[in-house]
Amino acid sequence: MQKEYTVTVYTEDRIGITNRITIIFTRRGINITSLTTAETEIPGVYKFVITVMSTREKLDKVVGQIERLIEIHRAFVHEEDEVVYQELALYKISTRSLHTGDIERLIRENNARILTITADYFVIEKTGHQQELTDFIKKLEPYGLIEYTKSGRVAIVKWSRRFHEHLKELHTQEAPGI
Amino acid sequence: MQQKDVLPMKPEIADKQLAVKPVITGSEAVIRSLIEEGVDTIFGYPGGAIMPIYDALYDFQDRVHHILVRHEQGATHAAQGYARSSGKVGVAFATSGPGATNLVTGLADAYMDSTPMVCITGQVAAALLGTDAFQETDVIGITMPITKWNIQVTRPEDIPGAIAKAFYIARSGRPGPVLVDITKNAQFGEFEYEYKKCEYIRSYRPIPELNQEAVTAAAALINSAKKPFILCGHGVLLSGAEQELIALAEKAQIPVGSTLLGLSAVPVDHPLYVGMLGMHGNYGPNMLTGEADVVIAVGMRFDDRVTGDVGTYVPNAKVIHIEIDAAEINKIVKADVAVHADAKPALAALLKQVNPAEHAAWLEEFRAADKKEYDKVQHAELYPQEGELKMAEVIRLISEKTKGEAVLVTDVGQHQMVASRYYRFKNPNTNVTSGGMGTMGFSLPAAMGAKTGTPEKEVVAIIGDGCFQMTLQELGTIHQSQIGVKIVILNNNFLGMVRQWQQLFFDRRYSSTEMVNPDFVQVAKGFYIPGKKVTAREDISAAIDEMLAHKGAYLLEVVVEKEDNVFPMVAAGAPITSIRLE
Repeated sequence: MQKEYTVTVYTEDRIGITNRITIIFTRRGINITSLTTAETEIPGVYKFVITVMSTREKLDKVVGQIERLIEIHRAFVHEEDEVVYQELALYKISTRSLHTGDIERLIRENNARILTITADYFVIEKTGHQQELTDFIKKLEPYGLIEYTKSGRVAIVKWSRRFHEHLKELHTQEAPGI
Repeated sequence: MQQKDVLPMKPEIADKQLAVKPVITGSEAVIRSLIEEGVDTIFGYPGGAIMPIYDALYDFQDRVHHILVRHEQGATHAAQGYARSSGKVGVAFATSGPGATNLVTGLADAYMDSTPMVCITGQVAAALLGTDAFQETDVIGITMPITKWNIQVTRPEDIPGAIAKAFYIARSGRPGPVLVDITKNAQFGEFEYEYKKCEYIRSYRPIPELNQEAVTAAAALINSAKKPFILCGHGVLLSGAEQELIALAEKAQIPVGSTLLGLSAVPVDHPLYVGMLGMHGNYGPNMLTGEADVVIAVGMRFDDRVTGDVGTYVPNAKVIHIEIDAAEINKIVKADVAVHADAKPALAALLKQVNPAEHAAWLEEFRAADKKEYDKVQHAELYPQEGELKMAEVIRLISEKTKGEAVLVTDVGQHQMVASRYYRFKNPNTNVTSGGMGTMGFSLPAAMGAKTGTPEKEVVAIIGDGCFQMTLQELGTIHQSQIGVKIVILNNNFLGMVRQWQQLFFDRRYSSTEMVNPDFVQVAKGFYIPGKKVTAREDISAAIDEMLAHKGAYLLEVVVEKEDNVFPMVAAGAPITSIRLE
């Protein structure tokens, strides 16, 4: 059955690594719905967090084919309940709406916060799951939403035991020269 | 051949004598690095962006043999043929732009068929990258999905490291093609050269650790089996595990079927060898996959041509899958016991735990199926008394006259299936064909490579009339480099396999499959290669003798039955046990 999965991939820091990973999804006609990547706590090792709509069966094979790539350390597929995750959204609102009383309550009730205020607009930040973030758009729309943007996912695996140790061990081994 | 007055010093000597690293150009570093990796032959074609490397090669002609092909695709297939017959890494050179894009088919073919190959391409200077410079193409982007690894090098000091890594990756684990793209400035630039072989990459585990529990579980399944069946794949040859596989089969009396690329791992005349698997394979091994209770798949990937409809494949069997590439395990067929390992140590460990057994009744089923196929199909194909020449009788004669010891290089289509079915392979690594990709035009250049890699062996290319015309310009290479390959064109004046499908599945609507061909013997003559055309049964034996007796390259055109079909066959997507004999 198609549903949303989180795929995590640990890689070397190489030019083109994103392309190498994403073409494996492309081959099987799987659409990537979000992709976040950044360096891990270990310099030179990157983590990708990719969300896709697909089936477990397909993704197990995709992850195998990703792991086969030379510059990939590990790749995993996670069910929704196997990860703790967050996404971050920014909402730009016309400053005029600040004069209406409810926006302050709305921000407080939704655990959002104001990042900046100018004469013309202010920017609200909110973290959460996709649905909460898009629900918040609807709540803000009456106040004059100017722009909305959302990040991809960051995720921590519930069952991981010693990933940090494993990455540190990796760091003691020689990094690839070229 | 011109040489510089003083031959360049070997780097290790230079190091000792001068106690400093020699300062050389990136181009020279390319050649020295290749020599460090044991390269003696390069197939290639020069052009603007790789000229500095060719210039460096000029000084090393006594140590590296460069074979000038007529098209870069030919260079890749030649490198593949070289690798497949010799077991060494094949090397191809090409320039940027069209030179590089011409490598694509060969890279994809080598990737599908796990062939170790290193391609080196020239590239425009780093400052011009991304500017649509003359003959600039994004070869890294283009070849990413069809190489095991690729890299662009833009600094001379990165060249030795990139080449060391390329060879390590190409030959280790499940082998495959690697491309190294070197910008012109990196070729010209000078640096302090030092070569260190690559033996480790921290993110890459080519040889998985053998899981003893999996071996024990596999042995238990085999020991309890009534109808065990070994499927021998290309991985057996790549691992050099032929003897281990045969020993296992003999100990427990297990029949062995082979995939197209597994052919030649087990001698065809071995009493436990039961034939080829797949769409045009033998009747018994396909039918009896339906009855087997334990299937031991070794170094193979359950290609759809082997399995037919996966839903009905091996319905009664527990599957043991011995495979070095984790991504192949459970990809098509779910393994009951997965042994993620190199075939050789896995089979050796399995051999110790498998009990001697007899499966006389089971083996008898294969013999009965064989007899059925022989009576219905093979006899008439191999020993026809009348009508036009048949492909199978030509292959039988070549097989007899070469004692099954030639390296058989086949192209793609009917002739490939017939050759694979009827050539009686005796020694490992003597079957070179394009399996996964099915690349027409593969065999002429691949045969050049095979002959160059194993000059002591007779190399016979079996080619269809369609395939031959895809890469026939390599006759020029064969002539120039004096490569003694025997070229047999089985000419039915049709794209035979497509025509067969049109006959069976498209109501005999022969859309664009009939060929009006040139005079092939005359074509060969134009390249100074002697040849002969045979149309009559009484002439064929002597003509093959003449070809084999000839020193050097020879082309034999055999005109065969125009509308012959390859049987047995399984319709695409149908259950493999629906294999038909007529």
